[in-house]
Amino acid sequence: MNKTYLIFKHEFLHKIKSVSFIIMTLIMPVLALLSIGIFKLVTTLVEHPAEEIKAIGYVDEIGTFDDYTDQGLTKLVPFASREDANRALIRRDVAEYIIIPSDYTSSGRIQRYTLERELVTPPTTTAVIKNFLTGNLLKDKVPPDIVTLIVSPLNLEVTRLTEKGEIAREQSNIGNIIIPGVFSLLLALALMFGATSLINGLGEEKESRLIEVLFSSVSVRQLLISKVLALGTTGLLQVLVWLISAPLLLSLASSAFGGFMSEIQIPGNFLVLGIIYFILGYLLFAVISIGAGAISSNATEGNQLAMLCMFGCFVPLWFVGLYINFPNSPIWVVLTIFPITAPIQTMLRLGVSDIPLWQLMASIGVLGFSVIGGLFLSSKIFRVYMLMYGKRPGFRDIINSLKNA
Amino acid sequence: MTAVSVNHLYKSYGSKIAVKDLTFSIDTGEILGLIGPNGAGKSSTLKIILDFMKPDSGEVKVFDLQMNEASKNQIGYLPEEKGLYKNLAAIDVILYLASLKGMDNALAEKKADVLLQQTGMLESKKMKIKHMSRGMGQIIQFIVTIIHDPKLIILDEPFSGLDPVNTEIMKNILGNLRDEGKAIILSTHQMNEVEELCDRILMINYGSEVLYGDLKDIKSRFRKHSVQVNVEGEIGDLPGVIDKKFNKGSVELVLAQDTTPQTILDRLRHRGITINRFEVTTPSLNEIFLAIAGGDHE
Repeated sequence: MNKTYLIFKHEFLHKIKSVSFIIMTLIMPVLALLSIGIFKLVTTLVEHPAEEIKAIGYVDEIGTFDDYTDQGLTKLVPFASREDANRALIRRDVAEYIIIPSDYTSSGRIQRYTLERELVTPPTTTAVIKNFLTGNLLKDKVPPDIVTLIVSPLNLEVTRLTEKGEIAREQSNIGNIIIPGVFSLLLALALMFGATSLINGLGEEKESRLIEVLFSSVSVRQLLISKVLALGTTGLLQVLVWLISAPLLLSLASSAFGGFMSEIQIPGNFLVLGIIYFILGYLLFAVISIGAGAISSNATEGNQLAMLCMFGCFVPLWFVGLYINFPNSPIWVVLTIFPITAPIQTMLRLGVSDIPLWQLMASIGVLGFSVIGGLFLSSKIFRVYMLMYGKRPGFRDIINSLKNA
Repeated sequence: MTAVSVNHLYKSYGSKIAVKDLTFSIDTGEILGLIGPNGAGKSSTLKIILDFMKPDSGEVKVFDLQMNEASKNQIGYLPEEKGLYKNLAAIDVILYLASLKGMDNALAEKKADVLLQQTGMLESKKMKIKHMSRGMGQIIQFIVTIIHDPKLIILDEPFSGLDPVNTEIMKNILGNLRDEGKAIILSTHQMNEVEELCDRILMINYGSEVLYGDLKDIKSRFRKHSVQVNVEGEIGDLPGVIDKKFNKGSVELVLAQDTTPQTILDRLRHRGITINRFEVTTPSLNEIFLAIAGGDHE
């Protein structure tokens, strides 16, 4: 039987039977389920506090603020004096109260009194007070429906058109970032755990000198290829499990997020590009891990080195917020083409905006060449340093070894 | 048939010379002892033979061919540091590594059972390596080395850490393998351990050959002109004996140049002394090494 296949089979089975793989593979869907459940619970508690009607007291020193006191779940209750309002607050008849001073129309100043300790006034309270004041300021001057429009003047409906002026099949939606975002995060985590697992395996083989036994049976090329393939297949299996659990998670999430989730559109090229970047990303980090594992004297040292590279992989995730607001910055193009950040950055960009074809070609090309170059360099480093024990070589030593290999 | 031939091998790491102009060979049905102190260049020599690394110059041929992937199946290698997959059962490790040597699984399992039985480890075949003692793990690794019936067996410090019982078991198996026609290279710094096993030795120091040849020839070449005796009673002054060295119950009698051991034996019998032991003194490999290298070794 082919030795590459034998090592691949051994490595693959060894990895998928490991406790860390099982936990990682099963824990992600469970964590997602839990987060959806927690989101639903917290949202319910925060947004609908048992449908209680809240009362806000007010003292009107001008004498014209007597309308628009019914603001949905909040009622505005008038008090004749500050003392009356204060007593009502202490008795908890009202949650808080405001004073509309006699100079309000010229100063715009409103005094708010509350028993709660808070950093800022809750947005819902601000909105209620604002609507109450606006309604009363405009009453008798404009019709009530215009007052409603002034309070909430914008219901923006955006339609994306194609270059031909037709309505685009894929419309912009904040929900579109959900699937690419989750996939990017899972890809980054899978890369990190895959790399760690590979380095730990190499570390064990190096420390125990098992690598010498393996080298006495197979070639460096066979060993490298089978390890990289096993790692990639393990990662694919992991993502497959996550993808299979995705419909269930999405349906649960839909019920939690309501219409927001139902508006999610997956970009047409997402699946194809997702697979390409997943495979190339895995291969790149596998060859990096092999190089790091070879020059390290033990698994811990190897993990530290590989984590430096993994750090770069997570960079696009830090800037998601920035990216949503400024999707056309040239920095995203650089991160799309730079091989370490390319897999995650491209997935994120697919959810937010279109990526020009040349950028995709350049990104995939650079990533592909990096994998081939990385494999070439890693195999040389692997051959030289897997059989050297003790002190980790310096950068100059590695360069010299590569020159002489 | 020549199993391995090494010609004018050189290898250095930077300014440090590891192997310097080594030339030797080993035939089938023979055990070659590659001996020398720690850091002498033994492991580097083995790694070059195994094609783990390239020499700076020189040539290695295994069964008359340059080392290649196909010839790896004909070699069994036991590294200096012993280690196996700790989380796997012994039998799984044996079968996996045997499969990498091109062995059929069913055949490997059958052969593993025989070897496990031979080494008294059959009952531990399903035990995980991490639960085994160092000696047990070493026996498993030895089984891995020979399970595929290799023509060439390379052992780096095979007896280090082994208890006397397991050492004896391993030596017996190695003796049998030699009799079956295998070529065995046995590298060690514990020279006395291999004296009884080796047919030929290559003694190296600082990467260079110190001594190479048939063990019996070397021993006879370095044989001292003395005899070891253990007798009941006093020997007294004996003509032909120029010195006596007492050593743990026996006496080494250093003979005059014109006196033979046979003459001394006759003289002792003539005096009516009961002789429990009488043998011509042969130096140990350690003594030979010290005699040649003197203080010039690590």
